[in-house]
Amino acid sequence: MLIRPKQGILDPQGQTVERALPALGFEGVSGVRVGRLIELEVEDPGRLGEICERLLANPLIEDYEIEELSGAAGPAATEDR
Amino acid sequence: MRFGVVRFPGSCDEEDALHACRRVGDAELLWHEDRDLRGVDAVVVPGGFTYGDYLRVGAIAALSPAMVAVGEFAREGGLVLGICNGFQVLCEARLLPGALLPNVGLRFTCRRVEIEVTNADSPFASAASPVSDGASGGRLTVPVKHFTGRFHAPQAELDAMEERGQVVFRYAPGQNPNGSERDIAGVSNEAGNVLGLMPHPEHASDPLTGSSDGGLVFESMRRHVEAAGPASSGSGSPGWSPATAGRHNSGGHGVPAAA
Repeated sequence: MLIRPKQGILDPQGQTVERALPALGFEGVSGVRVGRLIELEVEDPGRLGEICERLLANPLIEDYEIEELSGAAGPAATEDR
Repeated sequence: MRFGVVRFPGSCDEEDALHACRRVGDAELLWHEDRDLRGVDAVVVPGGFTYGDYLRVGAIAALSPAMVAVGEFAREGGLVLGICNGFQVLCEARLLPGALLPNVGLRFTCRRVEIEVTNADSPFASAASPVSDGASGGRLTVPVKHFTGRFHAPQAELDAMEERGQVVFRYAPGQNPNGSERDIAGVSNEAGNVLGLMPHPEHASDPLTGSSDGGLVFESMRRHVEAAGPASSGSGSPGWSPATAGRHNSGGHGVPAAA
């Protein structure tokens, strides 16, 4: 699960990272958002959305994406929310 | 009037909360694993760093058995005060609107602030005067100490909350320590019986600490409960009542003795 601040939510951590980059000579970087990645193994991937909604993300302030890395379905599937 | 203060792993302000409650009534500690509020008249969810703030502040504590009971108690009209981390827990438990985000300055802030009473009809502020009166008493001096205190809710929701009087406390002009929307320091649910407050009234309830203004919050709660009469809490509810609550206690959960 990739979890990040919703659009429109002020992300001071992202801003701080963005302001630090030019000090290292990395110009032209904008729109930095800092989120988090949660890896887990599940028996029923169908429940991942519910798991995100109920605990792993707070839908009021965070968006999430679910990426299935391997499974019976074959190629990785990405689901955007 | 008996307060219950819920202790979680990582709570750190429960003793001060007990002290503040005991200045106006009786108080006892409740344990987070215990789905039994022991017939208390009001609940305080204290400050601290429950579960090490893992995942998101308050997210894990919101799932504890005690919070299930607090949710039932709140839905039946019981008074619930969440302070600091307790505010975060109540938001995560969806007993309060909105969410708390890291301070705009990305710093842990620990200092005294002045807050204004914007709704003195609230059961948590009725012993104070509204700031609009211009009289003393509408402004309280209390400390804040937090990293994640920036209140957020969508703009339309904030408008509706203001309309309904759910913004009970605001930081005085120029004193917003965390970038909270509209200088919000304390909000209630729609029914008004659940309040979240980022500053710490329990740390300013005894003249020894330099300000006892915060005591007004606990005094307001006492007046509200006592005005409603002894049969008020849980009255008419099928799920919970002071008379039956004691029977749910299975014991064996390491319940600490009330301090």
